[in-house]
This record gives sequence, structure tokens and C-alpha cells, in this order.
Amino acid sequence: MILGRVIGKVWATVKDPAYERRTLLVVAPLDPRTGARRGDSTLAVDFTGAGEGDTVLVVDEGSSACGLYGDDVPVKTVIVGIVDSFDCFGRTFVVN
Amino acid sequence: MELAKVIGRVVATRKDQRLAGIGLLIVQPLAHDLSPRGAPQVACNMAQAGLGEIVYTIDGYEAAYALPGKFAPTDLAIVGNVDGVHAAGAAPGGGGGGR
Repeated sequence: MILGRVIGKVWATVKDPAYERRTLLVVAPLDPRTGARRGDSTLAVDFTGAGEGDTVLVVDEGSSACGLYGDDVPVKTVIVGIVDSFDCFGRTFVVN
Repeated sequence: MELAKVIGRVVATRKDQRLAGIGLLIVQPLAHDLSPRGAPQVACNMAQAGLGEIVYTIDGYEAAYALPGKFAPTDLAIVGNVDGVHAAGAAPGGGGGGR
């Protein structure tokens, strides 16, 4: 799993049913050592009610996504938690 | 599956209920000679690991099998607390909790 920050949202009227009634968020991965953004952003289906600016816990694994849906779906990356704080190498980041 | 060092913790009160009560630790993946390799990640602590300790992790869907219950949305779990590592080319006795 990775830590990420929600930096945006995606809308689409024509889409696979798996994305209907779901929020698709743009997530920038964070480096837990510095709290800074690191690497390319990704899209993730939200399962926790996260919003822009939230720091989130992201699972990037297809079978886990299918497990959340209880069905085989074309979804790989999902948000499974909203982070309150994290600490690394003695530094604490309170993020929500 | 790979070696890793515990370098931090994550607190997330609002999360999937199947992750409730599961410790979330930040781990730095390691090569067999205990040198850092790749980016830190967040793992479910299924081996009572603590900060600074050397562990080994399972990634992908199989990580969910380390957690109680039929299914849990995770792709990385700590499944062992390493006492020692011996590998060709590795520093002798590199394990031992890594403190």
C-alpha cells in the first residue's frame, strides 16, 4: 500500500458500470520519509469518502479491488483509508 | 516476498472495517545485504514488528491471506520478524532485529 494525497477528481459520463456511483479521484503518491509528493499521480476509486487535500491509504492491486466490489471488475487502484497522521524516522506528520 | 526495515507508522481511524485493529507500518524494502531498495511502502503488521526491526513482507493479493477473515483490502503484509540473514555477498550476521 502507499500513502497519497488527493489532488483532484475525474468525471466521465460514458464509463464501465464499475465506475458508476463511485468517485474517481486523482492521487499523488507521497514519500513517507518526507511527506512530499513522489512519482506520478494515479487514479483511484474511493471507498472512504475522501476529498481533495486528504492524505489517503491506497491499495494498488487488482484482486483487492475486486474483493471490495465482490465481483470481477476492471478496477485496480482503490482508496481504503483516510490517514490522520504518520510518523517516519522520528518525524510526525499530522495530516487531517 | 522481500526483506524490509520498519521505519514508521500510519494512523488512519477512517478506513475499511476489515483493516480495523490492524497495525499499519511504513517499511523500507531491503536487498539481501540489507541495503535499501525501492520506495517505502505501508504494510499490515501481522508479526508484532516494531520500529527499526528487520522483517519480511508478502505483497500482492496473497498479503490479504495474512489477515483475519476471508478478505481484506491490502497488498502488503509483514509476515515475519527476522532474527538473522545469511546470504552470499551479504554482511555477516546482518539480521538480529536491525537495531
